[in-house]
Amino acid sequence: MECIFGFTGKDFVMTATDSTVAQSILIVKSTEDKSRALSKRILLLFAGESGDTVQFAEFIQRNVRLYEIRNGVELSTKSAATFTRRELADNLRSRKQYSVNLILAGYDLTTELPSLYQLDYLGSSVSAPFAAHGYAAHFLFSIFDRYHRPDLSLEEAKALMKMCVGELQRRFLVNLSHFTVKVVDKDGIREIAI
Amino acid sequence: MSGKNCVAIASDKRFGVKYLTISMEFPKMFQATDKTFIGISGLATDVQTLMERFRFKINMYRMNEERDFEPITLANMVSSTLYERRFSPYFVEPIVAGLDKNNNPYINGMDLIGCSTTACDFAATGTPEDQLYGTCEALWEPNLEPEELFETISQTIMSATNRDCVSGWGAVVHVITPERVITRTLKTRMD
Repeated sequence: MECIFGFTGKDFVMTATDSTVAQSILIVKSTEDKSRALSKRILLLFAGESGDTVQFAEFIQRNVRLYEIRNGVELSTKSAATFTRRELADNLRSRKQYSVNLILAGYDLTTELPSLYQLDYLGSSVSAPFAAHGYAAHFLFSIFDRYHRPDLSLEEAKALMKMCVGELQRRFLVNLSHFTVKVVDKDGIREIAI
Repeated sequence: MSGKNCVAIASDKRFGVKYLTISMEFPKMFQATDKTFIGISGLATDVQTLMERFRFKINMYRMNEERDFEPITLANMVSSTLYERRFSPYFVEPIVAGLDKNNNPYINGMDLIGCSTTACDFAATGTPEDQLYGTCEALWEPNLEPEELFETISQTIMSATNRDCVSGWGAVVHVITPERVITRTLKTRMD
């Protein structure tokens, strides 16, 4: 029932996660941040089995940080996605696999381009202009197909994000009251209000 | 698909989960050597893992041996890599296509544990495998020239994927000739 999604703009990536933590039929928290910063300009969003999600995201976060400390350079978004994908894929054939769906959003200073990767729990990774996991995908891909452009400005992106959240709150059976919206650009990662 | 001193390999570009299409830009083939390609269909995670492993092995071979893989050697490498996982296999069906050192076409299709079949005409894998074999059987003829081969393989993959509701969404064709590799993308139905 969790929703995570994101899309690229002209020189940024905008992402959203629902802020709800549910156990069975009960909502236990509505201010959860389902994302971790892998580096200054790479954000990892996660959804899936609770426990697995945070455990896996922080494992990736620490390993990306370790790489930075060891080598003195930051990983590109693509490298981080490749590393994360491989960890998931190798883990898939273990006794107990992680059940985590991920979206990686990043801005690379070298290419000056935003990028977005969608990774599922099996370890398939695709680079895409927009990404969504779970039931959200069924509602949002059609909106993105119609309204997303690669050269969206921040204001247009906010309007698109409002459409997405509006659609989910209007048409999706599950009550998702709050979304955490973040922007990744050359200045880093910041949370915004829409 | 083989021709006269040329060979062609094609794939669609869809990546999806069941009936939900997620990406229309998902590469399923990669260039192994100057005159050889590997195409892999099946479970996307294994497709990507194997592409990485094959790329590693091909580069190691090139550095150790100071020469490129012959297509037949490459097919044996692919086959043994898959058979290593005999009892927990990668869920993929690869195809190796290329020209050997005498510029004769070589095509090899494999199942998920690396049981390989060398074909003199064509090989097909993936969800529209049955349709592909049908259209190949109808359209292919021996000794096609590169441009004719391109037309034949393009019509084949378009006819086959249009009848399969989980493949298509664009296609890529590589025609390998002794001089160069011609790569073209096909516009197909996007539904």
